[in-house]
Amino acid sequence: MAILELNNVSIRFGGLIALNNVSLTVTQGSIHALIGPNGAGKSTLFNLITGIYRPSAGTISFKDMPIGGAPPFRIATAGIGRTFQNIRLFGDLTVLDNVLIGAHSRGKQNLTGALLGFTTRVRAEEGLLLDLARQSLATVGLSYRSFELAGNLPYGEQRRLEIARALSLQPDLLLLDEPAAGMNPQEKAELLTMVKRIRSSGITVFLVEHDMKFVMNISDLITVLDYGEKIAEGVPEQIRNNPSVIKAYLGGGSQC
Amino acid sequence: MLLQQLINGIALGSVYALIALGYTMVYGIVTLINFAHGEIFMVGAFAGLYATSVLHLNIFIALVIAMIVCILLGVAIEQIAYRPLRKSTRLSALISAIGVSIFLSTLAQMLFGSNAKGYPEDCFPVSQIHLGSADISTLQVLIIAISALLMVSLHFIVHRTRMGRAMRATSEDYHTAALMGVDVNRIISVTFALGSALAAAGGVLVGVLFNAVSFNMGLMAGLKAFAAAVLGGIGSLPGAMLGGLLLGVTEVAGVAAGFSSYRDAIAFAILVLVLLVKPTGLLGRKIQKKV
Amino acid sequence: MTELLQHLIDHIDPYYLQILVNSGIGIILALGLNIVTGLTGQLSLGHGAFMSIGAFSSALITSKLGLPITLNLVVSGCITAIAAAVIGMPILRLSGDYLAICTLGFAEIIKVIFLNLDITNRALGLTVAPPESFVPLPILVWFVVVFAVVCTTLIHNSRFGRALSAIRCDEIAAEAMGIQVTRYKVQSFALGAFYAGVGGGLYAHFMGYINPSDFGFLKSIDILSMVVLGGMGSISGSIVGATVLSVAPEFLRFMASYRMLVYGGLLVVIMIFRPNGLMGNVRVTELFLRAIGRKPHLNTIDREADRGDS
Repeated sequence: MAILELNNVSIRFGGLIALNNVSLTVTQGSIHALIGPNGAGKSTLFNLITGIYRPSAGTISFKDMPIGGAPPFRIATAGIGRTFQNIRLFGDLTVLDNVLIGAHSRGKQNLTGALLGFTTRVRAEEGLLLDLARQSLATVGLSYRSFELAGNLPYGEQRRLEIARALSLQPDLLLLDEPAAGMNPQEKAELLTMVKRIRSSGITVFLVEHDMKFVMNISDLITVLDYGEKIAEGVPEQIRNNPSVIKAYLGGGSQC
Repeated sequence: MLLQQLINGIALGSVYALIALGYTMVYGIVTLINFAHGEIFMVGAFAGLYATSVLHLNIFIALVIAMIVCILLGVAIEQIAYRPLRKSTRLSALISAIGVSIFLSTLAQMLFGSNAKGYPEDCFPVSQIHLGSADISTLQVLIIAISALLMVSLHFIVHRTRMGRAMRATSEDYHTAALMGVDVNRIISVTFALGSALAAAGGVLVGVLFNAVSFNMGLMAGLKAFAAAVLGGIGSLPGAMLGGLLLGVTEVAGVAAGFSSYRDAIAFAILVLVLLVKPTGLLGRKIQKKV
Repeated sequence: MTELLQHLIDHIDPYYLQILVNSGIGIILALGLNIVTGLTGQLSLGHGAFMSIGAFSSALITSKLGLPITLNLVVSGCITAIAAAVIGMPILRLSGDYLAICTLGFAEIIKVIFLNLDITNRALGLTVAPPESFVPLPILVWFVVVFAVVCTTLIHNSRFGRALSAIRCDEIAAEAMGIQVTRYKVQSFALGAFYAGVGGGLYAHFMGYINPSDFGFLKSIDILSMVVLGGMGSISGSIVGATVLSVAPEFLRFMASYRMLVYGGLLVVIMIFRPNGLMGNVRVTELFLRAIGRKPHLNTIDREADRGDS
């Protein structure tokens, strides 16, 4: 069953066509990878799905609801969590605050709630958000950092914290933008088991990644983009031997 | 009538443009709203006043003296009040600038008193030129000519010299410019010097035009010039000129249309309206959201 | 009761009383601006104008409707908040300095409008009738201060407050976490203005006379200096900053005309030596919670959780 569907999606920036007629389907419960040389449009695609850009043409639907062009906060609330390629944590807030903010859309209390912060009803909700936050910190193994400032964490932990923050949203679909970038082999191995664990908890994972070993080991299905177009799709074994993928990578002069 | 108002507006607008250029240059390089800039304009007016009325110097020499005084002042302010804060948040630098501004205007009040002073009557021979239905004073011609000359020189410095290239590079990317061997500290000093010189010229010209120099003249002029810089798109030199002229002309037109008691609001109303339609000002670059 | 309190007030030197009240009003104003600028990260250079809206509303409510002062303050605060929301909705999508100059612009426009309206008595200003109040005004001011501090602390530690800090840190990430950025910005702006409205109302009644020119750009800058000097986003900072800046000119009074000169220099020096503000990096709530044992020390509690799961 499809959780996310893109139909002939295109986006132009001025004269530049960043994505051209891309269609793809992410299956519920799968780990789906999006690969391609630098500048192929992978991050742009993520930004389209999460509402940061509006598609110039085509439709995007999530759990059969159209989300193309909807504002980012609505898409997040609908159940798509994401991380960013260049880390975007709330650096001068604590680790716990970061994940608590991730849980934002699972709460309801507004300004009035803030002023009634001492009442049982509001405290109950705070407790609920706190549980969610702690749970996602535990999932990525960062609970011990709870009260440190996010900006002070080492790089690998910042990447994990971004995942935890997205998990607090209790997403149905998790978008990971280069989660393994800058990690050492051991951290990558840990990340691999973590992502698999996240999937087995019922969350569909859609990820962009440059590390081919990582992608081949983790993905159920791989989609390949080059110059804004979809050039291949298949299980890891098919992609590994696909001539146009090999050409795109070697011709593009990019690393694999 | 229309022509008359247009020329009045351009004269006023040229002065706004001169001050606005200083705001926009400094902002372009160090992204600081230099709130002390209006006070530099005020100091320039006083320096010119002192040179003409006490030293009895020719107005053009007074202009040069005012510019030199303000260059020294501007560079000194940057070294003392802003440089130590370059790595801190922009707001701390802003508060520091406000401190400098309060300091300078109080100092001027103590030195020159609270009453507005006028330039000596004979410092520039004013006569009227008839141009169709309009009466243009030679003073207005002088103001427009000097402003134009200064702006052309600035354009030359920024676009035709090595120093100007370094300035543009620093404004584009501070750190990369430093890596490419640009002496960023020196560039910043030069930027403050150029901006302050223009403000000083504006101060002298306003002093002669309105014949009133006072310790608190920097505040409103500074705010409006800043509005002009933002209106044109902050960081853009042609933008500052355009914004200044536009504000000058609309303000004069508004007063002529009978809204003189709303004079100070006109500039800001225009500014707000333009920003709502074009959020980065008239000639400002569109900022692409980087994700 | 009222008489007893009044009696108490009468024993304080009127000069000190005025400093005390001014610091109190300063704290209320600074707390409000701190929500907008310190917590949400939106630089506002027009807080003085909101104070002015509150002051004039409050003065007019007293003279035309004669409401008791507490109700009066709430109504004035609400009027100011609504005005701020109306102004905020279009301009809060601007970023950084463009927003700042727009708030400045609106503040100047509001000032000039007030200078030209009959109801605000144009440039002559309004004389404000003494309010109908159960407690003497100076005590009311400090009661409001305490109330404002409590409310602000609650806001800082709530889902609402966290959303505001998220917007300050990174708007794009905040939006990706499901936070409706524009809406929260407008709410924060209106909330800050509410404080300014209440502060303005208190100011009007304590001073007994208000003029639109009292609330110009310099007033806004005054309030902003309190926030930045104290430390952005810090509640204790706003309290310290407002007190220091309200009291400092009085302490410097012996220097007569040098006073503002030193004040200006002081702003520069403090910023150079404490660029994050006097109370920057000092977390009073946290220190307090730890002292009373409500919050554990760093890194002790959650190691168990990590081990349990990974």
